[in-house]
Amino acid sequence: MKIVVCMKQVPDTNEIKIDQKTGTLQREGVPSIMNPEDKHALLAALNIKDAEVIALSMGPPQAEMILREALAYGANKAILLCDFAFAGSDTAATSYTLSKAIEKINPDLIVCGRQAIDGDTAQVGPQIAELLNLPQATYVQKIIKLDNEKVEIQKETEIGYDIMELNLPALITCTNDISEIDYPSLQGISKAFEENIETWKATDLKADKERLGLNGSPTWVNKSFTPTHQRQGNILKGNVKELAKQLAKEFIRKEIVKE
Amino acid sequence: MDFNFTKKQHLLKQTIDEFCEKEIVPYADDIDHEQIFPEKQIKLLSKMGIMGMSIPKEYGGAELDNVSQTIIMEAVSKACASTSVTMGAHTSLTCFPLVAYGTKDQKQRFLPKLASGEYLGAFALTEPNAGSDASNVETTAVKDGDEYIINGSKIFITNGGKADLINIVATTDKSKKHHGISIFTVETKKAKGFEIGKKEDKLGLRGSNTNEIIFKDMRLPKENLVGGIEGMGFKIAMGVFDSGRIGIGVQGVGIAQAAFDKALQYVNEREQFGRKLAKFQAMQFYLADMATRIEAARLLCYKAAFIKDQKKKYAQVAAMAKLYGSEVAMYCSRLSLQIHGGYGFIKDYPLERFYRDAKITEIYEGTSEIMKLVIAANLLGKGF
Repeated sequence: MKIVVCMKQVPDTNEIKIDQKTGTLQREGVPSIMNPEDKHALLAALNIKDAEVIALSMGPPQAEMILREALAYGANKAILLCDFAFAGSDTAATSYTLSKAIEKINPDLIVCGRQAIDGDTAQVGPQIAELLNLPQATYVQKIIKLDNEKVEIQKETEIGYDIMELNLPALITCTNDISEIDYPSLQGISKAFEENIETWKATDLKADKERLGLNGSPTWVNKSFTPTHQRQGNILKGNVKELAKQLAKEFIRKEIVKE
Repeated sequence: MDFNFTKKQHLLKQTIDEFCEKEIVPYADDIDHEQIFPEKQIKLLSKMGIMGMSIPKEYGGAELDNVSQTIIMEAVSKACASTSVTMGAHTSLTCFPLVAYGTKDQKQRFLPKLASGEYLGAFALTEPNAGSDASNVETTAVKDGDEYIINGSKIFITNGGKADLINIVATTDKSKKHHGISIFTVETKKAKGFEIGKKEDKLGLRGSNTNEIIFKDMRLPKENLVGGIEGMGFKIAMGVFDSGRIGIGVQGVGIAQAAFDKALQYVNEREQFGRKLAKFQAMQFYLADMATRIEAARLLCYKAAFIKDQKKKYAQVAAMAKLYGSEVAMYCSRLSLQIHGGYGFIKDYPLERFYRDAKITEIYEGTSEIMKLVIAANLLGKGF
């Protein structure tokens, strides 16, 4: 069983501040961490017996640190997709690049975090599955059963959960529920720095150049800002009967109740 | 000159910080208020290999460099000083002398169990009449065939009532004074004549175990004489303290940082006279003074660890680190409590805990006054 876990290095949004004037993130001095849901995805993969777990990330050279962390947790191998050609990727270009690397690795199962805490799009996992034409399940809370043919999972829904079975190879994106938090051991941390992290460039991926990086990114950010919510109270006047009528009208208008 | 941590140290720091934030900080107040021995936290630290951080890999340890050990000690101290002293008494006071001076047989017998956390360790020197004057120990060890018979008692022993293994200091030849002192390893569950005495009720570090231990005709195999030669004890003890002082210095830094972090948060929340406390220059001066001293104390501690890693003489810088780190712990815990006003004085906030925990750092592993003597002796030369 070969499992790829996709992971992203993100700024620790607990520590981040937003410049109120420009609306941009103040990233200076903010620590970079492994995206939390990706960490849970990794731990879930590592809980699977006799699986070869490969940590995969696309990012600048500094992203090495989250791959070292993955090795410290016990991942068998780590691959960093790092090339100037990948710079400026939106989710479409990121998914394309990752899918090309996954094609090369040829795993049985791909596990992603649901979404990254910096972009919050939750698009990359599903897009990879589409690009590779694989069955997918999102918001997975639990891997119930896994054999060489299929994986049975429990996925979160708005009203409860669904249980699904997917033929392998497949892709799942998961929430924090999928695994308990754990910490790498000192021995693991030492081992992580004795191992080699493979770096793959665009030329290693047999990728279409037009679909990489900024060129391959249809999304562009016009402006970012912090939305301000201004709530205004409305004081109704009159006797109780009139007030009740006005309130009922208001409820109907807001579609809180039906007429 | 390079003040940067290595990538490995960086990952270690990130890991231990996150661990402390989630697994220790939420329990620190209870550990203190209810005098709960931090057994659960020590178990988790063992699982991560931290209780074996000072032990070589061949004996199952993580064999961390001293800078890395200092990173861990700072982080755990910032979270909970009761937990950090429990850990430090094990990793520094207990493991270090066996690693540095133990015979091959002793290393093989004891280190793997200490590394895995199966054994919790302690180091016992202090007696009613032997504190700063470490050469005045009255516990005796008399050779009898293949054994030593130990009689005496020890007080104020960190982990004394909980430890599975204790390195005890005893005199094998009183006439030789400090040259007649030796150290023996006691496996407490195996040794007949080993008794646990009074548990101390302390100002601070209330979750840690500080105990009297008593030896009544306690027999130990001669193979438990640390280093295998009589009379090495004083030298070993001094080596243990030189090394341990880096840990206590950075324990002070950890407590100071915890107090400072609370102050920084509070001045941005609390309003008086229509403005945030942070807007008052008096508060700004407090913050600046605290941050500057913490940084200076931290640099001393990491410099001492760095020099030790370089295998150079570090005793003087370690004494400076301990002296200053403990002063900064007192200074910052007092100022942060002051900034919090009445809220600092009540147990709903951790400020009074920091204030109480800070005090011992000026006393144990050599008082501030002894630190000054050590520093002066290094400045003036031994003959002075």
